Amino acid sequence: MAITLEHYLVVGALLLTIGLFGILLNRRNVIIILMSVELMLLSVNVNLIAFSTELGDLTGQIFALLILTVAAAEAAIGLAILVVFFRNRGNIEIEDINSMKG
Amino acid sequence: MNSNFSDIAVILPELLLAVMGMALLIWGAFRGNRDFHVITLTAAALMFAAAAVAIVSPTGGGFNNLFVNDAFSRFCKVVIFGAGGVSALMAVTFSSDTFRRFEMPVLMIYAATGLSIMVSAQDLMTVYLGIELSSLSAYVLAAMRRDNLRASEAGLKYFILGALSSVILLYGMSLVYGYTGGTSFEAVAAGIGGDASFGLIIGLVFLIAGLAFKISAAPFHMWTPDVYQGAPTPITAFLATASKMGAFALVIRVMMEPFADITAEWRQIVILLAIVSMVWGSLAAMWQTNIKRMMAYSSIGHMGFALVGVAAGSEAGVTGCLVYLATYVVMNLGAFALILSMKRAGRPVESITDLAGLSRNRLPMALALLVVFFSMAGIPPLAGFFGKFLVFTAAVEAGFWWLAVIGLVTSVLSAFYYIRIIKIAFFDEPTDDGEFDAADVSLRAVYGLSAVFLLLFIAFVRFVVDWASASASVFA
Repeated sequence: MAITLEHYLVVGALLLTIGLFGILLNRRNVIIILMSVELMLLSVNVNLIAFSTELGDLTGQIFALLILTVAAAEAAIGLAILVVFFRNRGNIEIEDINSMKG
Repeated sequence: MNSNFSDIAVILPELLLAVMGMALLIWGAFRGNRDFHVITLTAAALMFAAAAVAIVSPTGGGFNNLFVNDAFSRFCKVVIFGAGGVSALMAVTFSSDTFRRFEMPVLMIYAATGLSIMVSAQDLMTVYLGIELSSLSAYVLAAMRRDNLRASEAGLKYFILGALSSVILLYGMSLVYGYTGGTSFEAVAAGIGGDASFGLIIGLVFLIAGLAFKISAAPFHMWTPDVYQGAPTPITAFLATASKMGAFALVIRVMMEPFADITAEWRQIVILLAIVSMVWGSLAAMWQTNIKRMMAYSSIGHMGFALVGVAAGSEAGVTGCLVYLATYVVMNLGAFALILSMKRAGRPVESITDLAGLSRNRLPMALALLVVFFSMAGIPPLAGFFGKFLVFTAAVEAGFWWLAVIGLVTSVLSAFYYIRIIKIAFFDEPTDDGEFDAADVSLRAVYGLSAVFLLLFIAFVRFVVDWASASASVFA
């Protein structure tokens, strides 16, 4: 059986869903949220590269490289903010991120 | 690849900010926080300079059609840089007594640069880069007070939801790319060809959801109240004005340029967002006790009203949006200058009831508050009225009279909590805690000028509307 565009898109959609559930169902740790976000970014890259091959157009691959670069910067900033939060709160349990409500 | 002078000419304002931002960073690295005031004032001056450059910079496309400087982006850039400069001015006084970090003005400059790249984007990749440059700076800005639990929590929440929204936006972009065959707005419009495939619609929904996060339209507004409350007030002012203006301009451009041919498809989503934002922004603000949280819900409501103009999908709608957003920015700068002035014995207070008796102790401040909040409620002849009038008229002209009716009803509802603030400031007995400290000169200037602008707006409304409609004619 040949692997077609649809197969790649299904993998991409599955990765996105897994990442989304990782964020929504996870009640424990913020690090897992960061991992889920990275997973979702990869699903976008799978999509872009599959489309790029299908269309015979390089733009999608350039876009994917751009996303990889920016995702690295985003992860660095996210972890830095997490460290700042940890210093103030003493843990990074999701249940404890609740000093403001209303 | 012929990168030449015309490429440089169209990005002059961004170039100015990016290069001078690095210079300020080096300056701060050598001199540390001792020079905080000078660096912040320089940053404010740079943003005003960039606004001036944006007015005169030559129009045209550049960088192989990734970027464009047109009448629309000029208008938005002037508002963004103006708001950024005023927020930086507020940061000068805010930081003198509590904390001072020279990174704050530098990051404000970079966030403003990102926003101005967003409004000039002609390609999904440029959109993404602009969004990330402004968002990554904004996350750090929100968490700037790193010894403060609330600020770091605000930063963390903003980061998590912002990163999630970026991913959703990107997923939408990947589908749009796949089903139209290009990432440039031109190629997307050509690929659509007036007929939307199912995959494209899914991509469009993801794209709009991601953008709705950035403008904090309900139901994607969860981060807004927490970030507004936790972030230092000048940063909140920046996020409420410059950030909103940039993200909203991007919404207008994305809807009106690549997807102009399938207006019927995206209009339903935008109408839904507008209704939910207007209703929730008006209702949820009523039971807030913290004035910064209340401002968050107020801005959610305002985004809903402005989205009515987008839903109209016409040039008149875009004109209304631009006028609405420009007045919204001035009102919010005034409101946040007032909030920054709420201080007792050097300590900031944020509760709405702290305003009690303001008119007896500090009459000029109370009068400015009166003008700003009446204008937010949309009472004629203040500035807030004209934006609402224009977007609702555009909606009626486009055949959505019922949307305008919902807008009118919710704006009456929202008047309740704006007028409640005025009632507390003018008619409630002062508390025993004493009067507010005398506000700093720059804050008095900001809220004073803002109130004067809102009062006299009727005198030059013609000029602003003409300018906005010339900007909107880009989408003709």
